[in-house]
Amino acid sequence: MTWDWGAVRAFMPHFWDGLLVTLQALALGSVISFALGLVWALLMRAPTRWVRWPVGAVTEFVRNTPLLVQLFFLFYVLPEWGLTFSALTTGVFAIGLHYSTYTMQVYRAGIEAVPAGQWEAATALNLPRRRTWTAVILPQAIRRVVPALGNYVISMLKDTPMLMAITVLEMLGQARLYSQQHFQFTEPLTVIGVAFILVSSLASFLLRALERRLVR
Amino acid sequence: MSVDTAKNPDHAPVPAAGPELVRLENVTKRFGDHTVLDGLDFRVDAGKHVTLIGPSGSGKTTILRLLMTLTTPDEGAITVAGERLFPAPAKQVREIRKKIGMVFQHFNLFPNMTVLRNVTEAPVTVLGLSRDEAAERARELLELVGLADKCDARPGQLSGGQQQRVAIARALAMRPQVLLLDEVTSALDPELVAGVLDVLRDIARSTDITMLCVTHEMGFARDISDQVLMFDAGRVVESGPPEKIFGDPEQERTREFLSAVL
Amino acid sequence: MTAGLWELVLRGLWTTLQLLFFSALLATAVSFAAGVARTHRLWIVRFLAGFYTEVFRGTSALVMIFWVFFVLPPAFGWQLVPMWAGTLALGLTYGAYGSEIVRGALNAVDPAQREGGIALSFTPWQRMRLILLPQAVPEMIPSFCNLLVELLKGTSLVSVMGMGDLAFSGNLVRLALQESAEIYTYLLIGYFLIAFALTRLMRGLEKRLKRGIGKDPLDEAGARAVKRAATSGVAARTATTTGARTARTAAGGVETVEGGAL
Repeated sequence: MTWDWGAVRAFMPHFWDGLLVTLQALALGSVISFALGLVWALLMRAPTRWVRWPVGAVTEFVRNTPLLVQLFFLFYVLPEWGLTFSALTTGVFAIGLHYSTYTMQVYRAGIEAVPAGQWEAATALNLPRRRTWTAVILPQAIRRVVPALGNYVISMLKDTPMLMAITVLEMLGQARLYSQQHFQFTEPLTVIGVAFILVSSLASFLLRALERRLVR
Repeated sequence: MSVDTAKNPDHAPVPAAGPELVRLENVTKRFGDHTVLDGLDFRVDAGKHVTLIGPSGSGKTTILRLLMTLTTPDEGAITVAGERLFPAPAKQVREIRKKIGMVFQHFNLFPNMTVLRNVTEAPVTVLGLSRDEAAERARELLELVGLADKCDARPGQLSGGQQQRVAIARALAMRPQVLLLDEVTSALDPELVAGVLDVLRDIARSTDITMLCVTHEMGFARDISDQVLMFDAGRVVESGPPEKIFGDPEQERTREFLSAVL
Repeated sequence: MTAGLWELVLRGLWTTLQLLFFSALLATAVSFAAGVARTHRLWIVRFLAGFYTEVFRGTSALVMIFWVFFVLPPAFGWQLVPMWAGTLALGLTYGAYGSEIVRGALNAVDPAQREGGIALSFTPWQRMRLILLPQAVPEMIPSFCNLLVELLKGTSLVSVMGMGDLAFSGNLVRLALQESAEIYTYLLIGYFLIAFALTRLMRGLEKRLKRGIGKDPLDEAGARAVKRAATSGVAARTATTTGARTARTAAGGVETVEGGAL
C-alpha cells in the first residue's frame, strides 16, 4: 500500500471546490425538501380524498424508488420536454423532491403529536382555520420536528455524491475527475471519505446540541 | 401431593434448621446521596421463613436484589451457604446464584415462551436436565400451583394471579435453597391475592425451603414466618417471632407502622 | 423497445435482485453482530462496534462503493468481482444502520426480563438468545422493512461503477433509443414494484413473529386503536382512554407483555 501526500496536496484545491458544491446542493436541497414536505403534509390533511389520494400515491412512489434513477429521469427527460436547467439545479431539485417525501412524514407526526386539547382550545376561541394552523398548531409542531428534519439533512449530505452521475462536480465528482486524470485513486477517494465522516459527525453533534436546547 | 423441593437428592441435603444459610455483614448500599442500607448485619438460618416488613423505601427490596445479584453493595460482604457471593469472582457468583430463586412483584415471565417453556427452560439450559425430566418436574410444580391445564398457554393469556403462580413454579423448578419473594401480591387485583398466598402457604408448610419474603400482607406474614424483621431507613428497628412483633412490639416505630397498615 | 433491449433490462433486473439478496444477507449479519456487541458488558467490545457504526453511518454509500472498487484492490491486492464488491460496500454501509435498529430494539425490552433471566441463573449469552432476541426481533421488523427498501434503492448506485444492474440497463437502453421518458418510467415502476413486494413480505413476517411472542391480534388491534385515536384529533379524546384500557386489559395488565410499547 502506498500513500502519496503529494497527491493529497495536489488534490486539495479540487476538494475545496467540491466541498463548496456539496454544501450548496445540501443547503438548497434542504430548503426545497422542508418547504415541499410541508406542502405535502398539509395537502394530506385536505378534506377531500381527491387531493389526499393522488398526493399520497405520488409521494409513496417517489419515496420507494431510487434517487439515482430520479436524477437520470429529470436530467435526461426534462430537456426532451423543452425544459433545460443546469445539472446542479436539476440535482438540487431532485434531492429536494426525494427528501420532501420523507420530511412530509416528519411534519405529519409533528402535527399529530400536538395535543387534541390545542385544537379544542382554538375551536373554543373561534379562531379561523388558517389562524389555528399558523398561530397554534404549526409553531408547536415545528419544535418537535426539528431534530428529525436534521437527521434527514445528514442523510441528504450522504446522498449528494449521486449528483456526480449527472456531471455535477461535487466532492466525489472532483475526486473521480482527479483520479482519472492522474491515475491516483487511493488519496482523493480517502480524503473525501474522511471528509464525509467528519462533516456528518460534526452535523450530528450540532444537531444533538440543538435538540437539547429545544427540549429545554 | 407434596413436592419436596429442598430435600431433592440432586442437591447437598439442607439441614432442617440451625446452620446459617444467608449472611449479610456490614452491608451498605447507596443510590446517589441516598443511603438505602446502612451497615446492615443480618442472617437467616436454613429452613427458616423470614419476613421483612416496613414502610416503602426502607431498603427491604434492596436486600432481596442484593442477594439475587441484581445489584451490588457499596460496602460489606454477602455469604450464602458458606460461600462468598460478594465480593466474589463472576464464576463463583454464577455458581452460588443457582441456589437462590426469586419471585418478582411483576412476575417477569418470558412472553415469548409458553408457560411450560417458562418453567423448563432454565432447568434445561442451566442445570442440564433433559427436556423430558424438566417437563415432568414442571408439570408437578404447575399442578402444585393449580395450573396443570395451562402448560401450553402464553403468559399474556393468563390473569395476573395465574402468572404469579407460574412464576413461583418457575423459581421452584430450579430447586433453590433460598426463595426470595419480592412483594409478590402487590401488583395483583385484590381478588387474586388469596390464591397466590395459599400456594405460598402450602409451599412453606410442605417443604423446608428457606424463604425470605418482603410483603405488605401482614396476615400472611404472621402465618408463615419464623421471624419478622421491622425495617426503617435502612436499618433493622426490631426483630423477633411474629407473635411478638405483631402482638407486643417493643419499638414505638413498629407500633406506628403496624397501626398504619393493619 | 425491441426484444433484445427487453432482454437487457431483464438481465439488469436479475442482477439487481441478486445484489439485493446478497447485500441484505450481509447487512443482516452485520446488524446483529454489531447491534448485540453494542449492548455487551465489556466497554472495548461496545467501543469497537460503536466505532464501526459511526464510521460506516457517517460515510456515503456511493463513496464507499468507489472506495471498495478503486482503493481496496491496490491497497490489499485483491480485486473483487463487481458483485462481491457491491455486496461488501452495501452490506457494510446498511449493516451499520441496521445495528442501530438492533440495539434500539434490544434496549427497548423491559429490563425486568433481564432480571428474570438473572434470577434463573442464565448466562448473558443465554439471556440474549432465549429472552431478549426473541422479544426484540419482531419489534425490529418495521424498521428493517424501511431499511430493506433503502437498500434496494441503494443497489442502483453500483450502476455508476458500470455494473449491469437495472439502472445501468436503463442507461444503455436510453443510449440505444435516444428516448428517455419511457425507459426511465419503466425503471421507476420496476423499482417501485419490488419495493412494494418487499414491504408486503415484511408485513406478513412481522405478523407471524408477533404471534410467536404471544402478542395476539387482540392486543395489536387495541394498540392500533389507541394510536389512531391519539392521532385523529379532536373527537378522539374519550376513545383514547377507552382504547388504552382495552389494550392494557388485553395484555393482562402487565409490563412484561407490553414492555417498551407503552
